[in-house]
Amino acid sequence: MAEPETREPDARRRTDRSPWNWLLLLPIVVPVLTFIYNRDEPRLFGFPAFYWIQFLFILLGVGTTTIVYQMTKRGRRP
Amino acid sequence: MRDHITEIVVFTLLFLLVSGMGFVAARWRAPKDMAHLDEWGLGGRNFGGWITWFLVGGDLYTAYTFVAVPALIFGAGAAGFFAVPYTIIIYPMFFLILIRLWSVSHRHGFVTPADFVRSRFDSPTLALVVAITGIVATMPYIALQLVGIEAVLKTMGVTGDSLLARHAPIIIAFAILAAYTYQSGLRAPALIAFVKDALIYIVILVAVIYLPTKLGGWGSIFDAAEAKFTASPNANDGITLNANNQIQYVTLALGSALALFLYPHSITGVLASKNRTVIKRNMSALPAYSFLLGLLALLGYAAIASNVKPLPGATQGTVDSNTVVPLLFDMQFPAWFAGVAFAAIGIGALVPAAIMSIAAANLFTRNIYKEYLRKNASHADEARVSKITSLVVKVGAVACIVFLDPQFSIDLQLIGGVIILQTAPAVALGLFTRWLHRGALIAGWVAGMGLSMWMLWQIPNPATKRAHFGGSAFPLSEFGFDTKRTIYVGFVTVLVNLLIAVIVTLILRAAKTPAGVDGTRQDDYFADEGDPRVDRDLTAVETPSST
Repeated sequence: MAEPETREPDARRRTDRSPWNWLLLLPIVVPVLTFIYNRDEPRLFGFPAFYWIQFLFILLGVGTTTIVYQMTKRGRRP
Repeated sequence: MRDHITEIVVFTLLFLLVSGMGFVAARWRAPKDMAHLDEWGLGGRNFGGWITWFLVGGDLYTAYTFVAVPALIFGAGAAGFFAVPYTIIIYPMFFLILIRLWSVSHRHGFVTPADFVRSRFDSPTLALVVAITGIVATMPYIALQLVGIEAVLKTMGVTGDSLLARHAPIIIAFAILAAYTYQSGLRAPALIAFVKDALIYIVILVAVIYLPTKLGGWGSIFDAAEAKFTASPNANDGITLNANNQIQYVTLALGSALALFLYPHSITGVLASKNRTVIKRNMSALPAYSFLLGLLALLGYAAIASNVKPLPGATQGTVDSNTVVPLLFDMQFPAWFAGVAFAAIGIGALVPAAIMSIAAANLFTRNIYKEYLRKNASHADEARVSKITSLVVKVGAVACIVFLDPQFSIDLQLIGGVIILQTAPAVALGLFTRWLHRGALIAGWVAGMGLSMWMLWQIPNPATKRAHFGGSAFPLSEFGFDTKRTIYVGFVTVLVNLLIAVIVTLILRAAKTPAGVDGTRQDDYFADEGDPRVDRDLTAVETPSST
């Protein structure tokens, strides 16, 4: 869907493309799957599953963005 | 009922402290020349990791969010928890999409999303459409920040009988805010955000640890909530979702995430950062606020467990559910700490209100004033017009709250979230492809807007006894499906918008209608700090590409 790339000869890394980016779909797709977490039991510290599982998704988001950032940093080939 | 003197004193002191900071901010990271929109409206485009974290965090998680989300949980239960998946989904989207907007804006000096659209699609009309949508969506959002402050003031008993007496504190607060935003621009909310976020973090952490010890632990808080929802006649409440509101829950989370990053104020916060690394690293750090928001949302249940009764609303017979969290703090905390908590919410309203008014002012200046009223406006003219517009925007927001029922602003904000989504095909998809035709994008926008208005008009709200604009959950039975399930309006309408845009693109291409010249190049979307082609004096809007 992108137009043909106009690469300059000296452009070292003029693209965002990386297979690691696919990992970012996880924190978008998983929180949408209500069947994973839409229940009361088991409770954790009194929190129904509905709540503590969704809190865990925050860690999923932090984890995936951190990994993708680290793996696609400039100077590092994917 | 205790008297609220201690609370009011603590609140006022903290409020005065940040007001002072707002004025000093003009000299913070002192600009060479404030008479430039990059300085006033984007803080010099030079914010590093920490400032961006506080600024964007203070910007996205507004005072209204902090009172309205727990209020929703208090009233409806699990359905209100959508704020958590919503604020998880948004960061990977920022990471993949907004980073490109940062790069292309950095390269061309774009200040608003409409600047980008104008250059990308070579269409001032499409840019105007995006700008107006942004302004209309942002205005009620600013007004809602006042609703947040008002909930706190009401709880402290700062109310009067006459129209003027009742609203005097808000008018004063906004006058001070307007003055320092005028003077310091985006630097003011950036500096205040440090205090605001620090206070919010302290208050929430204390609340989630201290309140359960007083209310018998989280387990019994959830049980109390469940007992309330079991007893209520409403079928759609409860501490978990039911079969009918799950689609609404996820489409609302997805749609809100998409809407949030299209809002002009989020884009302003992102464009003010100094390089791509700052943004990418913040996408891992900003979810800390989502954690906070999730905990805060659960205070809605704590309010149920401690038998909070919301204060009466503006009209006879209604209740103002936004007061539940302030009331909970008032009941459970010592007076001085309740004062700190109220100040956190009050100051929390100032940061986003300032950024929103700056974002709306920038849209007006760049895409209406410079485009249509004064084509040869200088940088100093732009900065001056933006500063004045930011004042006008705030006066408008105050007038909305003083003279109209606050419910009107809430309705408008609901509509705002749906209509800002209609700019997604131009702004978000536009960052990846120019395939959609400029005429088709306008056609899609018209269709999306029309359908949004019709769908929102159809939704009643039995709780507030209104026939129209009662919410964003559209019953699928209206489309002829034999079901009780509901779906988020914006989700449907943006898909229709996109469908129309695709169809009209095919037609316009078949008819060989000119698509204009792309003012951007492929590698602009990856440009970073120190890019040799960045020319800060370049005014983006009239930059044709030479390739």
